[in-house]
Amino acid sequence: MTEQPPAAETVPEATPDTSTATPRSGRPTDRLRLAGANQRQVLGLVAVLALLVAAGSVTTENFFQISNLVLLLTQASIIGVVSIGMTFVIISGGIDLSVGAIIALASVWATTGATQDFGLAGMLFTAIVVATVCGLVNGGLIAYGGLVSLIVTIAGMAGFRGLATLISGGRSQVVETSAFSAIATTDILGIPLLVYIFATVVAVGWLLLNRTTFGRHVFAIGGNPEAARLAGIDVRRVRATVFALSGLCCGIAAIMLTARTNTGASTHGTFYELDVIAAVILGGTLLTGGRGTLIGSILGVLVFTTVTNIFVLNNLSTPIQQIAKGVIIVVAVLLQRRANKEAAT
Amino acid sequence: MSQSTNGTTHRRRFLFGGAAVGAGALLTACTGSGSSEENNASELVGNQNQQGSNAKPGKTVTIGLSIPSDDHGWMGAIGANALAQAESFDDVKLEATEGTNDVNKQISQIQTLINKKVDVLAILPFNGESLTAVAQQAMQASIPVVNIDRIFGSKLAYRTWVGGDNYGMGVNAGNFIANRLAEQGKTDNPVIVEVAGIDNLPLTQERSKGFSEALDAHGLTVTMRQAAEFTPQSGRTVMGNVLQAQDRIDAVWNHDDNQGVGVLAAIEQANRSGEFFMVGGAGSKVMMEHIRSGDGPMAATVLYPPTMSASAVNLARLIAQGRSMTDLVGRAVPSEITLHSATVTKDNVDQYLDIAF
Repeated sequence: MTEQPPAAETVPEATPDTSTATPRSGRPTDRLRLAGANQRQVLGLVAVLALLVAAGSVTTENFFQISNLVLLLTQASIIGVVSIGMTFVIISGGIDLSVGAIIALASVWATTGATQDFGLAGMLFTAIVVATVCGLVNGGLIAYGGLVSLIVTIAGMAGFRGLATLISGGRSQVVETSAFSAIATTDILGIPLLVYIFATVVAVGWLLLNRTTFGRHVFAIGGNPEAARLAGIDVRRVRATVFALSGLCCGIAAIMLTARTNTGASTHGTFYELDVIAAVILGGTLLTGGRGTLIGSILGVLVFTTVTNIFVLNNLSTPIQQIAKGVIIVVAVLLQRRANKEAAT
Repeated sequence: MSQSTNGTTHRRRFLFGGAAVGAGALLTACTGSGSSEENNASELVGNQNQQGSNAKPGKTVTIGLSIPSDDHGWMGAIGANALAQAESFDDVKLEATEGTNDVNKQISQIQTLINKKVDVLAILPFNGESLTAVAQQAMQASIPVVNIDRIFGSKLAYRTWVGGDNYGMGVNAGNFIANRLAEQGKTDNPVIVEVAGIDNLPLTQERSKGFSEALDAHGLTVTMRQAAEFTPQSGRTVMGNVLQAQDRIDAVWNHDDNQGVGVLAAIEQANRSGEFFMVGGAGSKVMMEHIRSGDGPMAATVLYPPTMSASAVNLARLIAQGRSMTDLVGRAVPSEITLHSATVTKDNVDQYLDIAF
């Protein structure tokens, strides 16, 4: 269902989408037009962000301070890492609703007494492996089982979080390994390690998506899976890999979140799937697949984080925060649609 | 209307049964089960039934239990305590349903229990209003309902209510903070931060009301109030922003110890542990350990005892057996019991550690 509504919007982009299926043979004009649309999208988001920063600076003196900007980046870094994996999934034409649950499971598994006995390395290893395996299970069922990603990951959303609650008994498991907690407290040149992790994931993700054959294949199977198959791409393998990547990102995010909260809990990552998908879509990635940018997703995440930050700094109540968030999403998407139309003409 | 008549006859039968046993119970009056909720020593789980004539086995009763899913440490303890308590009685059979946060599912579970004709129900509804109708159905089917904590919308829906004192939690937190600030000499516009729980829950609103009214009585106000979601992650995010907003903080009340783990992580990671003191809520083991060791800002926590489910099992048993509470000069179990929200500090933490969740 979720994949249907934007179909109408997609029509103008239909031509560029197919052209990305075989990028090398794409007509240069199409590629230019596509790049133009992406740029507008990114510029639009930068404008929204600038407006927010201006609003924050005007309303409270605590906003435009280095400490707060660092805080913003740190808060954005965890959900940002998840959004990188999600961008791959959505560009490939899928959706991953299980990200929050995978984070919960990885954080819980990595903080059980038994795992913590193995120290830092054991905990890192567990989080990464558990999350990647979850992603592989999703990917396997979707790619090789021929199931719809929406359904498989809804199942994952329930199953993985259920398992997390079962393992933890509903308790928040405190991190006793100080080397692990240090992940959230270590600063390098005044910037938290978490931000560096985020930056690394972004850089690797960007290279993978834009500078490798695999990245082109991701675009191709999202734009037109049949054409991609005919072009000799192993669609199923690419699809499975994309979900494994999303799982891997969740594992990294689980490590960051566990260190930052100093706990593993089955409630970690609640509603992350919605926040992340909203940020990715806000960033201009098409829900129907075939088009999108990592930069857009990151900006999307930053917009949401900044909104929350400004509201708390101004001590506004939760209902007002929620209303304003809703309004901002709608306004941003409307602005984008106009930008898209201009780009298409 | 005929339904309420049913309820009345049923209750009358109860009172009558209670009278017979209650008379005997009074003679041997001892500390009965479920009494003195604030007296921690007698509140140990699985320990209450060791005293008083009510400990003697009566007719075997089946208690149907339905609670939300244990995705929070407190709720986990609610389930575990109820099970342990039921286990400790030879004359109690427990029919526990799988915990769920889906109101619809909880309704069907309770209907199943009604159809199974259990003797008495103990229900902690995910949402009191939404489950009122089904609880009322049970009452009309002559199955008394012990309502735990989240109250049903109608008195027709339960025989007895046992639960925590959210307003009292806020009051005790407010009083503790006011007194501690006075001791520290910080009476001139101290910066008091409140990290609330899920904002649209009535319990959160009551806690906040108690807190601000207690502070008001001391001439103080809440400087900043932000709501989290009972999870460590939400506590971490909210407190991270609050610390940025307030250059100086004198005291913090955090409604919930589970989200408190995140709040504490935010404070420690901002290197502001020594700047102010913090009061928690509900009473988790982790927070009580912090209070005992005094290694951070945690100075106290105001209890919301998860032992209430064990008390509810006791009450359900007594109701089904037609007995009364032996410390009370009544013939039946009271219709409402509000538990005291004790303030746990470094001085008394050892008495409370074993009921922490």
